[in-house]
Amino acid sequence: MKYNSLSQNDKKEMLKTIGISSPDKLFDSIPDDIKLKKDLNIPSALSEPETWDTFNELASKNSPETPLSFLGGGAYLHYIPAAVDYLSSRGEFVSPYTPYQAEVSQGTLHLIFEFQTMICQLTGMDISNASLYDGASGAAEAVLMSHRIQRKPKILIPKTLHPHYRQVIQTYTKNLGLEIQEVSYDESGQMDTSELKKKLDKETSAVVCQSPNFFGVIEDLEVISKLAHESDALSISVVAEASSLGILKSPGEMGADIVTGEAQSFGIPLSFGGPYLGFMSCRKDFLRQFPGRISGQTKDVDGKRGFVLTLSTREQHIRRERATSNICTNQALCMLRATIFLELLGKKGMREWAWQNIQKASYANKVLTDIKGVESRFSGQIYNEFVIKTEKKWRQIQEELKKKNIVPGISLEKYYPELKGCGLVCVTETRKKKDIDTLAEAFEDLLKS
Amino acid sequence: MIRERLIFEISDEGKKGFSFPKLDVPESKTVTENFPLRDEIKDFPQVSELEVVRHFTRLSQTNYCIDKGIYPLGSCTMKYNPKLNEKIAQIPSFLSSHPYSDQEMMQGNLKVLKTMEDLLAEVTGMDAFTSQPAAGAQGELVGMMLIRAYLEAKGDPRKFVFIPDSAHGTNPSSAHICGYKVKEIKSNQQGTVDLDDLEKNMNEDTAAIMITNPNTLGVFENQIKEVSDLVHSQGGLVYMDGANMNALMGICRPGDMGVDVMHLNLHKTFSTPHGGGGPGAGPVGVKSILEPYLPIPRVIKQNNHYLFHSDYPKSIGRIHGFYGNFLVVVKALAYVLSQGPDGLREVSETAVLNSNYIRKSLEKEFHLEYKTPTLHECVFSDKLQKKHQVSNLDIAKRLIDLGAHPPTMSFPLIVHGALMTEPTETESKADLDLFIQAMKQIAKEAEENPEVLKSAPHHSYVRRLDEATAARNPKLRWEP
Repeated sequence: MKYNSLSQNDKKEMLKTIGISSPDKLFDSIPDDIKLKKDLNIPSALSEPETWDTFNELASKNSPETPLSFLGGGAYLHYIPAAVDYLSSRGEFVSPYTPYQAEVSQGTLHLIFEFQTMICQLTGMDISNASLYDGASGAAEAVLMSHRIQRKPKILIPKTLHPHYRQVIQTYTKNLGLEIQEVSYDESGQMDTSELKKKLDKETSAVVCQSPNFFGVIEDLEVISKLAHESDALSISVVAEASSLGILKSPGEMGADIVTGEAQSFGIPLSFGGPYLGFMSCRKDFLRQFPGRISGQTKDVDGKRGFVLTLSTREQHIRRERATSNICTNQALCMLRATIFLELLGKKGMREWAWQNIQKASYANKVLTDIKGVESRFSGQIYNEFVIKTEKKWRQIQEELKKKNIVPGISLEKYYPELKGCGLVCVTETRKKKDIDTLAEAFEDLLKS
Repeated sequence: MIRERLIFEISDEGKKGFSFPKLDVPESKTVTENFPLRDEIKDFPQVSELEVVRHFTRLSQTNYCIDKGIYPLGSCTMKYNPKLNEKIAQIPSFLSSHPYSDQEMMQGNLKVLKTMEDLLAEVTGMDAFTSQPAAGAQGELVGMMLIRAYLEAKGDPRKFVFIPDSAHGTNPSSAHICGYKVKEIKSNQQGTVDLDDLEKNMNEDTAAIMITNPNTLGVFENQIKEVSDLVHSQGGLVYMDGANMNALMGICRPGDMGVDVMHLNLHKTFSTPHGGGGPGAGPVGVKSILEPYLPIPRVIKQNNHYLFHSDYPKSIGRIHGFYGNFLVVVKALAYVLSQGPDGLREVSETAVLNSNYIRKSLEKEFHLEYKTPTLHECVFSDKLQKKHQVSNLDIAKRLIDLGAHPPTMSFPLIVHGALMTEPTETESKADLDLFIQAMKQIAKEAEENPEVLKSAPHHSYVRRLDEATAARNPKLRWEP
């Protein structure tokens, strides 16, 4: 299926206007010896119905029916209100470019401004950008930003930070002479603050803290920020499960200087890991070092309110190698989904949502750990995920439960060799009581045998 | 026209746009006793579902978009986004896949990634691809990291990266994050890389050149082979920014020109929608010498079975939280399969035809700084209109009144008052003519009635906005 709109007549006429006889002449500026002398070796063109069939067949190679899943770990199954899909499918949102020409992009700029406002309200910060790629690159950008502000070589990241985020931070910082040191966790599943104290020194630019952390445990960000500040380091808060912002004290209230994270939970489907939505906010003192696009309010010549992309002297297209980030295209359409989602849920809905996540996970944690042979691995407070430990290998549990079309959670051994037999179970508001009971029964059956 | 208010301004206590089911597990009031709980989210919106729907519907109507008309932003490749591809990306099995799912249960997704990586390798003449980078700029960053890792393994990462003065700003910025110093290479009178300047500067401290081909003037770098031979002769590598690949598909391949590593923008060449600024995808292709360094995890095929593989000790590591913008890759694969080899070639031929038609039709009215033949885009300037104190900004804003989206402004930096124009292959002749007529009218107005340009736009939802004040007194969030 071709999507060109020229007729043969059009082409003839246009070639005539240009003054050439054949379209081949258009490529005369390409040296002959590098021109392709044969067709590309790719499958022949498909019609629309054939393409549709091809992808349905591809999709059918995934698991035939949706399993009862308790997977989380930075990607969360939440209900998405119908209006989110409906509104975000509008061509006026899907098919424009980045809003460089503000006068014909007010819709996008206006909603970015609302998104920025809500991110500030949720995180307790002064300024927010229009999005970053995802939580992992957000964490890396926050680390780079703290280094630009502080100019000190050391960054402390906890082992309770999402393992992929830690890897991406390593990748981003590798060539810049930064020293990334990891801080272990204690029996509560929180960052080990006594180790943190030892590692914090005058050479530390920032301390990173994810809360709820990768184990689902709520960190004491207040204490961590205080320790960071005492050593003249910045406190970077990472939020991988953004629904928690509806009920937990905002990172800003707990002393964070930069907040970043993953907002996939705000109306974005799981989509095999992407596209997702990185967000970032910070205190206004750091505005000049802040990465990414920002929408700002202004007026037109008639005095009417309008919005523009602003403070672009921080960005690559103006500042080039001295820019605060190389980011250009971000995740605008995902940001739109999040904006619609947040406005639908509203003040009361956000709290209710987070409350249900806590209640469901708490119930699941209780019924699972009531089973003989299943125990909590950590003693800390949990949000909507928790780590349990059994005698069996988690891989084995996964294999057994697969037969019942249940996915019990993520095996932690791959990331934490010391956590043998441990799994990370996630229970969001979408899991009904009977789903949780089904999971518990499956565990009970398995551990009896 | 209704002036759309901010959602916070129509919010009122107790309104709701969504309801949750009643909690079906025993509720424990004490479970949060030791939580750091927040007070209610101050000033957070409270509106009904209908209010949200009308708010976003009205906001959408103030946007210009490709579904509405020609969008000739240079180097942005604003082509039509086929609706089938959107429908395909909504197939529940793609949409609901959790990234931590068992690979056995994700064979379809893995096949999508692997198939796309193989097809892109064939289209570009490279040996291997990764689809992990989430956008072009992240692809550039990955590409430069690969170069650095490769040179480090050989003993010296070197110091400098050469970048032509016509390059996109992401190039120097990406090189910088890789720890390189940027040296700018001049363009010659044809608008291509000045080989003499390059030769003078090239030495064993140079890690790489980052070159865009065709470059941002729309000019094919016809000495690309000489450039790459020169850089290779001193042990450096060649990075190609593939933002303008829409000019070359089926015509020639970067892999055949001496390019060692490149990125593509799926949201440009491969028709996935821009979404008002993303999500895109910036897959990176490499020659085999760089393959061991590609980001992990990689998708491989073993005995007709697909799996993620991470055991690459030389890899630069992970660059994305999971596997990149998967659904964008799905859409782009649908595009490639629907085009086939002749379709992709026709895409590039038509894109170049459309661009040259615009260039020829406007060459009397608008100055072309470089007379060199161009491919998929051309860069006019406001030089002729400047005589009447009319700038490229005025021209752009007037185009809005006349129903077209303006070209890219003030870029590349080597053309003063630039209007970088790229129509893409999907425009009809009628829409190209509409743009040409609008530009001709503007040229005439510049001579006869420049005021109408300087005060443009006249008919848009807002008129010309004060960008200076926005930057001087930043108001970046709503406050009561």
